[in-house]
Amino acid sequence: MRIVVQDAPFDLGVESEAFAAGRHDMGAIVTFTGVVRDTADDLDVMEIEHYPGMTEKALTAIAEEAMQRWNLGDVLVIHRYGRLVPGDRIMMVATASPHRRDAFEAADFLMDYLKSRAPFWKKEHGKGGTDWVAAKDEDEDALSRW
Amino acid sequence: MMDILYFAWVRERIGLPKERVTTDAATVADLVAELSAREERYAMAFSDLSALRVAVDQELTDFNAPLAGVREVAFFPPMTGG
Repeated sequence: MRIVVQDAPFDLGVESEAFAAGRHDMGAIVTFTGVVRDTADDLDVMEIEHYPGMTEKALTAIAEEAMQRWNLGDVLVIHRYGRLVPGDRIMMVATASPHRRDAFEAADFLMDYLKSRAPFWKKEHGKGGTDWVAAKDEDEDALSRW
Repeated sequence: MMDILYFAWVRERIGLPKERVTTDAATVADLVAELSAREERYAMAFSDLSALRVAVDQELTDFNAPLAGVREVAFFPPMTGG
């Protein structure tokens, strides 16, 4: 299990390759990548704040729970903070399992929990001004799936 | 002595990221009442607790949580990770 919280960009290819390499007992690797989105062409910067110390603890607890609930060989979570621009990769999760169902479900679980239970806050700077991104009820509701 | 941390718009509204306080507050709710009585900017930030989340010693909890032996309390809006 590897949990990384950093302001620097990460290399999706390098991270995915390193995560998948060297295991002969894992038949399935699932990766998910979150990207800064600008659908209306009005976002300049996405600023991500976090709670150093608690962030790492919360991500570790979420990943540990995934390891307990599904048949996983490994979990990777990388999450960035700081100033990002549209198209930048915010975060990635990767799961390795003997079987695809566990790998997919665990990745989905990780994303749902990461959205509402990891102490990150997003602030958008755009043509319409500057504002904190509000948490969505549907993100909170998604936790009840698990 | 206890460290109180503020994040996102709570930090902006109160105007500082962190402060050290001496308090006899028994619970988080008592601490909120104590801070709110201090100055208007605290009262503003804590006016709607349903819009806030709290962590005690870096664990998410609720406003009834006891503060005995606690070193760090953090207030922030609902999280938006991912």
